[in-house]
Amino acid sequence: MKRNPFRLMAVLAAGALILSACGSDDGGDDDGGTTAEAGGGGDGLKIGIKFDQPGLGLKDGDNYVGMDVDVARAVAEKMGYSEDDIEFVESPSAQRETMLQAGQVDMIFATYSITDSRKESVQFAGPYFVAGQDLLVAQDSDIAGPDDLDGKILCSVTGSTSAENVKEEVPGVQLQEYGTYSECVEQLANGTIDAVTTDDVILAGFAAQDAFAGKLKVVGAPFSEELYGVGLNQEDDRCEEVNEALTALWEDGTMDQIIEDNVGAAGYTPNPETNPAEAGGHCA
Amino acid sequence: MTELIEEYQLLAAFWMTIKLTAYSAVISLVLGTILAIMRVSPVRIFEWVGTTYVTLLRNTPLTLIVLFCSLGLWGQLGIELASRESDTFIVDNGFRLAVLGLSVYHAAFVCEALRSGVNTIPLGQAEAARSIGLTFSQSMTQVILPQAFRGAITPLGNVLIALTKNTTVVAAIGVAETAYRMKAIAEFEPALLMLGFAVVALGFVILTLPMGMLTSYLSARLAVKR
Repeated sequence: MKRNPFRLMAVLAAGALILSACGSDDGGDDDGGTTAEAGGGGDGLKIGIKFDQPGLGLKDGDNYVGMDVDVARAVAEKMGYSEDDIEFVESPSAQRETMLQAGQVDMIFATYSITDSRKESVQFAGPYFVAGQDLLVAQDSDIAGPDDLDGKILCSVTGSTSAENVKEEVPGVQLQEYGTYSECVEQLANGTIDAVTTDDVILAGFAAQDAFAGKLKVVGAPFSEELYGVGLNQEDDRCEEVNEALTALWEDGTMDQIIEDNVGAAGYTPNPETNPAEAGGHCA
Repeated sequence: MTELIEEYQLLAAFWMTIKLTAYSAVISLVLGTILAIMRVSPVRIFEWVGTTYVTLLRNTPLTLIVLFCSLGLWGQLGIELASRESDTFIVDNGFRLAVLGLSVYHAAFVCEALRSGVNTIPLGQAEAARSIGLTFSQSMTQVILPQAFRGAITPLGNVLIALTKNTTVVAAIGVAETAYRMKAIAEFEPALLMLGFAVVALGFVILTLPMGMLTSYLSARLAVKR
């Protein structure tokens, strides 16, 4: 009984948030709704990407660049959409499920790992890529894996699982946390900290930036598997279609080219044991 | 609710908030007093330094200052406020950098609050103090400041309450205080997010309400009756 007032408060607050979200997004919502219902018609496709992830999804002036962006374009092309039909929308990590469920976007290509808990609210096409947790270190560092981290300073973003995993394995490591990976990478580049940890391809994206050319390297000993999928609304019937497009991308070599173009500059190659990824099996 | 508090160490987080507030309050009070004295001093260069400090710091976002302490002072300039050999280097260094950022920012507000206290004292008192032969520092410590503090209790209390709530900003450099734990709740327990909000809000009310009441009580009690 004691909890009831809080529940009521929580429900009221949640209701208020949902209402305000509906209000402000009215214009955008309409578009999204019709597109989803029209299915594979020729009238626009809203794709959620990251806007702040170099090498994967980055808004650069009016352009969008990165691996996720290129994969999204290639998939859309295979599904019969032209370049002009695509509209890119920012989908921050915490809002991805909500955006799909509310129909604000049709698909999400945003380093979106397929997990069981997420499959309860959305469905996934793919995976189109298998990343793994890895370490980014200075070019001349002798750190070769998580075991070498004892007594070193590791950086990650606040509240991320990846950092906690390492901390459990290597208790001697000290963890500095920042709001974004850019701040971690900045501190790594000026030698203040020893390593940054998250998915290898994200790290490769940072290492491939011009500002860090020749300074940083990805260790290349991934110690987890992250299956990057394409997020779709559970009602969407285009999931298998996306899978076919993804399989075709790996078969005709487009995918290798996309990886090379976006994250290859720092000498990064995807883990050959897990890539090419087998698309399929995660549709609703 | 109790599980939420235990699992996400909310009590430890609030303790961290209290420590950040206490240290920053003391340091910013000292720094702010020095600045206020500089601003009312007859020496032009001191006055100018004090004014510049307040104008710069008061108009800079706190997030920027705190991030600069971590990325600029520590990262670029290599200033470390803890021993690198220590097992808790990151925690200590982050905490001290956070206190530094919070202190220099709020010192500007403390300075202005005190200056408003100085302005409540009739000019004749300072003139009288000087004319009976007290030096500037004597008239400051014996006549002006004691009255200025008593006149400035309400604005100082406001700064303290603002400081308490502003400590949430230092989550940006990874200090494990309340906002930092809330991020963890948002990430791992989205279903309990609203409850988490409510608990944190309640915690802050518990922290700041007595401060406000004490401020009102003290300002009524200690006010200089003229």
